[in-house]
Amino acid sequence: MTTQAARTEQPLLSVQDLKIQIQMDNGVMHAVDGVDFDIYKGKTLGLVGESGCGKSLTSRSIISINPKECETTGNIVYHSESEKALNNLNLLSLPPTGKKIRSIRGRKIAMIFQEPMTAFSPMYTIGNQIMEAILIHRTKDKKEAKKIALEMLAKVGISDQEKRFDQYPHEFSGGMRQRAMISMALSCNPELLIADEPTTALDVTIQAQVLELMRELQKELGMAILLVTHDLGIIAQMCDEVAVMYLGKIVEQAPVKEIFYNPKHPYTKGLLKSMPRLGGTKSKRLDSIEGSVPMPIDMPPMCGFYERCKDRIEGVCNTKAVPKTYISDQHSVRCFLYSDQLEGEAQ
Amino acid sequence: MKTLPVFKRQKPAVISPAKTKDANYSSQWRLIYLKFKKHKLARISLVILAVLYTVALFAQFIAPYGLQSYDSKYVNAPPMGLHFIDADGKFHFKPFVYGLKSERDPETMRKMFVADTENRYPIQFFVRGEEYKFLGLIPTSLHLLGVEEPGRIFLLGTDGMGRDMFSRIVLGSQVSLSIPLVGVGISFVIGLFLGGISGYFGGWMDSVIQRIIEIIRSFPTLPLWMALSAAIPPRIPVVTMYLYIVIIFAFIGWTDLARVVRGKFISLKNEDYVVAAKIAGVSDGKIIVKHLLPGFISYLVVATTLAIPGMILAETAMSFLGLGIRSPATSWGVLLQEAQKIENVALYPWKLFPLGIVILTVLTYNFLGDGLRDAADPYKK
Amino acid sequence: MTKKILNVENINKYFQVKSKKALFRKPASVHVLNDISFELLEGETLSIVGESGCGKTTLGRCLVRGMDASSGNVYYHTEDGQQIDFLKLKGKHSKQYRRNIQMIFQDPYSSLSPRMSVFDIIAEPLIANFKLSKSEVEQKVMEIAEKTGLNVNYLQRYPHAFSGGQRQRIAIARALIMRPRLIVCDEAVSALDVSIQAQIINLLKDLQEQFQITYIFISHDLSIVQNISDRVAVMHLGKIVELATTESLFSSPKHPYTEALMSAVPQPDPELKKSRIILEGEMPNPANPPSGCHFHPRCAYKTEKCVQQAPELRQVADNHFTACHYAEELNLQGVQDETASAI
Repeated sequence: MTTQAARTEQPLLSVQDLKIQIQMDNGVMHAVDGVDFDIYKGKTLGLVGESGCGKSLTSRSIISINPKECETTGNIVYHSESEKALNNLNLLSLPPTGKKIRSIRGRKIAMIFQEPMTAFSPMYTIGNQIMEAILIHRTKDKKEAKKIALEMLAKVGISDQEKRFDQYPHEFSGGMRQRAMISMALSCNPELLIADEPTTALDVTIQAQVLELMRELQKELGMAILLVTHDLGIIAQMCDEVAVMYLGKIVEQAPVKEIFYNPKHPYTKGLLKSMPRLGGTKSKRLDSIEGSVPMPIDMPPMCGFYERCKDRIEGVCNTKAVPKTYISDQHSVRCFLYSDQLEGEAQ
Repeated sequence: MKTLPVFKRQKPAVISPAKTKDANYSSQWRLIYLKFKKHKLARISLVILAVLYTVALFAQFIAPYGLQSYDSKYVNAPPMGLHFIDADGKFHFKPFVYGLKSERDPETMRKMFVADTENRYPIQFFVRGEEYKFLGLIPTSLHLLGVEEPGRIFLLGTDGMGRDMFSRIVLGSQVSLSIPLVGVGISFVIGLFLGGISGYFGGWMDSVIQRIIEIIRSFPTLPLWMALSAAIPPRIPVVTMYLYIVIIFAFIGWTDLARVVRGKFISLKNEDYVVAAKIAGVSDGKIIVKHLLPGFISYLVVATTLAIPGMILAETAMSFLGLGIRSPATSWGVLLQEAQKIENVALYPWKLFPLGIVILTVLTYNFLGDGLRDAADPYKK
Repeated sequence: MTKKILNVENINKYFQVKSKKALFRKPASVHVLNDISFELLEGETLSIVGESGCGKTTLGRCLVRGMDASSGNVYYHTEDGQQIDFLKLKGKHSKQYRRNIQMIFQDPYSSLSPRMSVFDIIAEPLIANFKLSKSEVEQKVMEIAEKTGLNVNYLQRYPHAFSGGQRQRIAIARALIMRPRLIVCDEAVSALDVSIQAQIINLLKDLQEQFQITYIFISHDLSIVQNISDRVAVMHLGKIVELATTESLFSSPKHPYTEALMSAVPQPDPELKKSRIILEGEMPNPANPPSGCHFHPRCAYKTEKCVQQAPELRQVADNHFTACHYAEELNLQGVQDETASAI
């Protein structure tokens, strides 16, 4: 039976039936097509998928910073324990440039990006920009704001903070900039941190540093993290729960161990197999997923993975929309192979 | 080898390029065209420019009067209205103008013109008038429109010597619209050549050319014009004068284009696909022609288009200062120079018509340039 | 496998850096490649790994002469055993040898001219090097397109009509059409999505088998490197710090930098939250490299000797070279054998 286990805890953020459509020259692109997930306090949810699957748009819609062309529908409900005014608040219903969303952006929900260079203005010192956020949300006292900013810089492992505070973004290396961005994001003690490909632009050794830092800070500050990435390795190391996205839909969602040791969706399986891993042997052929991702423009109701799927059922997978099926309490998958509905019809 | 027959059957399709509108098969120029088509303002500008240039091309035919003709009876006459309905309320299928009567203002005693409703002159098309050479080749006296003698048609009024403004604007457009084109054309060639050398070879040649450009650009333009036009002998035929002026403009104008060319050359030289061609053993000449030139020619078109309004204004400014074309030959600058007295603004505002035309032309060129710039790189996402 | 194809000897490359204050001063130079030497055997895949700024891309470009090395020699061994000084080849004569070494670039978007149809892109090297009739060119392009998995019906399309993976196939077809003996793959799959990456890696392997191609595979991704290569060279700040067979390198690395690199790779296995070595600090500035061993500021095992004296690349085991003073003493941690994963 398709029952959803009631998790006793209240989620911090609950995304329900999120849809983002973009008008293109040749039709409407369903960039995000009915995405649901919950983020819990102190936990990390990984959103993994290939380029163009809609993972970035999804994460950005939470704080309403998508471009105007994106027509967004659905609910993004935020539950704040600390502030009554922000409890049970549908973020999508707020005007994207209004005061309310701005009071949440940066203070309750912070975001870090792939390219830290673009996130900082080159005209101001790093310290200035970190202080700015603190002055808006936490305190009006400049001295105190500076103290907090210096503390934050120390917390993200930037030594010599006094000197670093007065430097400009271009004087920072890539890894340092990413650290500075994290310190800025965390300066107001957010309850949720959205990290969009936070380490993709960094070298492996620096990536390891930054990931380690994020883990430590999460332990210390207790915020939830929504980690958007294409790298399954990072997902395995960082996340508690994983949502695999393909063509605007979450095709599989489960706790991290389930995803890696008991994947159900053919796409998840394919991804895991196609990934070369350390410790593998040379000359082992990789199991690749054939074909390429189609454009989600004016697609009929069908499984988006149909054309590339090895286990596809003709006449089923390409004729109707795929329902969500629960394999276990916390493991859901969108695939007819596991659907009761299919069995019911077959009989 | 199951696929082989399939591939053989498909062969013809490859030999003849698919004539399809599918963007997947579209070349650079087609993509640029498609993108340009979306820019409404630029499209309108293109039409207006086409009209302006057509008028300039057939100026002698369109203008009712020639450059030499004047009539001291009609000095500073206001624009005539075109009428369909006469004083008696009768409708005429052919538009007509009234004759002009001069009267004195009883208060100021100033001479002024009023419409003489007694004399109606219907406008006639393809009438015989002054002799001229059509397109500079065929002698003829046919004009697009005119009225019967002794009537006169001054659609935009007359100037202080009784010359028809409309005719002079139309005739002046020949100079004002062609000087920038020829000037930009020459600077295009110089700029492409020197900029190309500068960008492709680099080294000391680059340094020398860049320094020359910097020196030329550091001259204040106005004194430079004055110096250069002082070098032009005073009494020379209009055609020679015209050539001198074009050369002056090109001499200053090429520096901008050379910089654009150089910059593009340098950035494209290091593109991966150019390096790839180099590794594949493609010769330098072929790389320039097949990879570099197509890569920036569209930008050049944009730069050129945007350089034209500057030249139009420069020509106007030069003539306005009395340094360029001189009467009786005419250009918009000459007309503006004649209109520069303050009383004109108050009493004979129609003498400022050329100003409107200059603004219109400059604006349309700028809009066109904008549209082209947006379309120039169709691969940009 | 014993036949040599390339002998790289003491390649050096300096980049001039313009400093803001150096109007009249001699411009500073950065030593991007520092005495790089290695041999390349026919039919093998040698990977060059390292972090950004280590000089691996510059090395690749110097080898295909997309860039001129400041000093050093590259000897190319022809099929009939001649030895040719590759970097000094000039004029018409050079074409005949240069076409044997081709390159595939990282970014399949910038490496294909957007203004040429795919057919023209693939045919271009052919036309530049051989005098062939139109139908011969066509036949060869078709053949190679088919081999690289391109749909021959779409060859008249322009690159913008293709996805990243398809474009990389086009780039491979272009490199392959002259039947080169050596292809330098510069991060050839790192811009691609995981599922597409696997397709291209498989394609490269298939083509190698079919045409006996030798690869120099430049990458920062150790997982891919381990999968594809026979030997691996690890570069750090313009120097090769370790060069060994893939097996030997991954099971028993002899340089602390290699160990740290391997340890930093996030493994797609949630159980494997092993004790990771996280390097302190960042890559030093190549314009101002540290004294002695360039890696010493970040090395956990450094001694006074490392600060004073730069280690030479030396043989420490069979087919295993490293540039560390303490290669024999240190017991560095490699990658465990394939973890019996559930899938």
